Amino acid sequence: MTERDHGTGAGMGTFLDRMLGRVRLGGWLAVAAPVIAIAFAALITSVVLLVAGKAPLEAFNALAQYGTRPPTMVLILNTAVGYYISALAVAIGFRMNLFNIGVDGQYRLAAVVAASFGGAALLPGVLNIIAVVVVAMAVGALWAAIAGLLKVTRGVSEVISTIMLNAIATGLGSWLISDHFGVLTGNDIATRPIPDDAHVPGMPLIAGTAQLVNGFLVLAVVLGVAYYVLLNRTRFGFELRATGQSEPAAVASGVGVKKMVVVTMIMSGAVAGLIGMPELLGQSFKYSNNFPAGLGFTGIAIALLGRNNPVGMAIGALLWSFLDNSSNTLQLLDISKEIVAIMQGVIILSVIIAYELVHRYRNVAEQRRVSRQLAAPPGPPGPAGPSAPPAPEGARA
Amino acid sequence: MVYSHYLLSSHQGTPLTQALREEGAVIATATATEPAVELIGITKRFPGVVANRDIRLRVAKGRIHAIVGENGAGKSTLMKILYGMQRPDEGEIRVDGSAVGFHTPADAIAAGIGMVHQHFMLADNLTVLENVVLGSEPRRGGVALDFGEARRKIKEISDAYGLGIRPDVPVEELGVGDRQRVEILKVLYRGARILILDEPTAVLVPHEVEELFDNLRGLVHEGLTILFISHKLDEVLRVADEITVIRRGTTVATVDPKDVTARKLAELMVGSELPSPETRESTVTDVVALSVRDLSVRASDGRAIVDGVSFDIRKGEVLGIAGVEGNGQAELVEAIMGIRPCEVGTLTLGGADIAHWSTLRRRTGGIGYIPEDRHRHGLLLESSLWENRILGHQNQKPNSKGIWIDRAGARSDTRRIVEQYDVRTPGIDVVASALSGGNQQKLIVGREMSGDPVLLIASHPTRGVDVGAQAAIWDHLRTARAAGLAVLLISADLDELIGLSDSLKVLLRGAIVADVDPANVTPEQLGSAMTGAGEGV
Repeated sequence: MTERDHGTGAGMGTFLDRMLGRVRLGGWLAVAAPVIAIAFAALITSVVLLVAGKAPLEAFNALAQYGTRPPTMVLILNTAVGYYISALAVAIGFRMNLFNIGVDGQYRLAAVVAASFGGAALLPGVLNIIAVVVVAMAVGALWAAIAGLLKVTRGVSEVISTIMLNAIATGLGSWLISDHFGVLTGNDIATRPIPDDAHVPGMPLIAGTAQLVNGFLVLAVVLGVAYYVLLNRTRFGFELRATGQSEPAAVASGVGVKKMVVVTMIMSGAVAGLIGMPELLGQSFKYSNNFPAGLGFTGIAIALLGRNNPVGMAIGALLWSFLDNSSNTLQLLDISKEIVAIMQGVIILSVIIAYELVHRYRNVAEQRRVSRQLAAPPGPPGPAGPSAPPAPEGARA
Repeated sequence: MVYSHYLLSSHQGTPLTQALREEGAVIATATATEPAVELIGITKRFPGVVANRDIRLRVAKGRIHAIVGENGAGKSTLMKILYGMQRPDEGEIRVDGSAVGFHTPADAIAAGIGMVHQHFMLADNLTVLENVVLGSEPRRGGVALDFGEARRKIKEISDAYGLGIRPDVPVEELGVGDRQRVEILKVLYRGARILILDEPTAVLVPHEVEELFDNLRGLVHEGLTILFISHKLDEVLRVADEITVIRRGTTVATVDPKDVTARKLAELMVGSELPSPETRESTVTDVVALSVRDLSVRASDGRAIVDGVSFDIRKGEVLGIAGVEGNGQAELVEAIMGIRPCEVGTLTLGGADIAHWSTLRRRTGGIGYIPEDRHRHGLLLESSLWENRILGHQNQKPNSKGIWIDRAGARSDTRRIVEQYDVRTPGIDVVASALSGGNQQKLIVGREMSGDPVLLIASHPTRGVDVGAQAAIWDHLRTARAAGLAVLLISADLDELIGLSDSLKVLLRGAIVADVDPANVTPEQLGSAMTGAGEGV
């Protein structure tokens, strides 16, 4: 047996635990960290703008103005739907210490297959919509399951395997479109468009514009609620969180960790399969080269930003989408839109640092409090004299 | 390389060292009164725990000073403080007479203190030479690595201390004993005059232990000082010049190994001022609760860690397993819990064959489990108390209904445990890490006693808890035993074992070597049975 250090283990998770939100932050601290981080990111961005000879206030003002116009707001909401679903897919794994970096490949491959299936119009209307969604989830789940199975049977790190599976998914998707499902229209190759009766209608939610909010916003909200309920109210969610917090404790408590790894990867992949659906069934109705890519990685950033909290990730997705969509207006001020990428990067870094600082602050405060309490009563709890203790009274004759 | 000056003056070649060594020994004895390290009133607190309290330690120069104590007694924290990995809340560290304040291990190394960790920190694919210089590479002209100089220096140190190290062998080709010598050389290379060895024999086989001890004696002959941390008393008695005992975070005695026996040391380590764990009349029934036949656990190299163990525990019986730690107790428990794969003849719980059951099914089937390391295996430290109530019982009432967690049920039952088991806490929503060790343990005991278990496996149930909590936990165990619970008790506390158990078995190197009647045995006799001496039992 090794000597374990009971002292240092007490009350301090690892940095990773804190980064991924497995450690709870109390009350106002949970809000303070992201606010500080965003303010800090704005500061850094201002410095960059000043160095470049631009006026920061003017730039932020332009972003805010443009972002609050009704048509932009619709755009922000629509983009955020995909971001949010992606963040949820990533977060399911994060809560269990699984790094599903492959969300990107999972949703793109799912979209290719689902688009081809929908385009074939085997089923009418709503049935086709449902079938497309189910196919997408199944493909995403299967693709993610590969990584899960490799991890439990061969010990392959899911980080490595999912990154590789991303590359394979890209190749596989291109091959499926070019050799099997693709239809050439002019120069553009794409899957056969999904028929009109299987389009998901938009919702006129924002006044002052004719543009419609993607109907999948409803699904995103439902998924967010389902994510919360699953993790916090079900036995499965309890076992998942327990495994994420302490695998040895989970094993001792009878959690089948290997099974949990596979099931969690499958769930993460199934949700990942949904990421492309708002675009496919509500926007472009086919998979082409213009289909948005990289949402899986955006999801990782947003899951970190929102600390895997369903509400936090929703705010993160909206913030990200706002920055992405209003960046174009900066060009009118002759400011490169890439300044927004700088801002996004700084937000992520400073959020992680802010959470860490807040956590340490709390720890030190707690330690001081305990120290004071323990130091207060004079005499220590047990006799501590250097002399030998009296003879044992153990034998009970 | 500023620390290496002493080497230049002391690199006697091995052939002609005999005389010099003896001279060195004389010098060492002559200067023995001068402390190399002195710790005065060191206290270190963590949230909920005092890891070290008023530690006083004087380590004479040129001696092997052993620090012994049970697991969790605070040895490792103390060494981390001395090595600059933790800062003490109170107290003073003096090295060679002058007060120091270490912020990082680099400060400790600069002061001549080196640490040989229990788990080797070597890169397998590099050579010995590369491993040794890693992090303090000798430079030539600012950038180029001066391997020639490093090789010369390593040879020099190796010869001076008789370590017999070949610098150009890849570490992956070395055995465990050699790797340890490389670790020692690594700290010597960095100029250490004071070596801390954390449980150095834990990974060694007996003849390697002998070699290590020869090396250590060689090192102190050359004037180095060694702090040797261990809980293996026979080894400590063989090698140490002085022994300090740590119990419950504080130094309780410093003794001369010539004046003490292993039993006396064990008493000091465990302490005898504890409340009596004595149980009164026997409640043992005829009904067998757990029956184990021919249970073996093998390490990955095929060696048996638990070797053909068989026993029965009846309802109302406490079966104690005595043994020096590391003789297979942990593995035995994990095998019975279904956490660790094992070979077993029969394993029945209340008549049902459970050999192929999962851990969860065994728990549901009526095994309660108080794990030896509550922080790693027994609790989710960052979760609330009521969530910890669910842990391990997530499929049982009142914690869940079907696939759903029953929050209200779990919360109200947690309140019951907090009340019945006197868990001192501001509420059931605080995280488990905020509680003291004793209260954490009372929560675990309460949890594992819930739902009418048939068998309770209690691994070191009162380790690292205060005296009050210890008495309370003993009371709960006695009450449950009277109500017909079968208990498998593993403990390093001999008084606890003798006092609580209805029968005792001694585990040595994975096998049961003796049956002992707790009514007619003293801790001294049990102690010698545990080390294989066996006289008087």
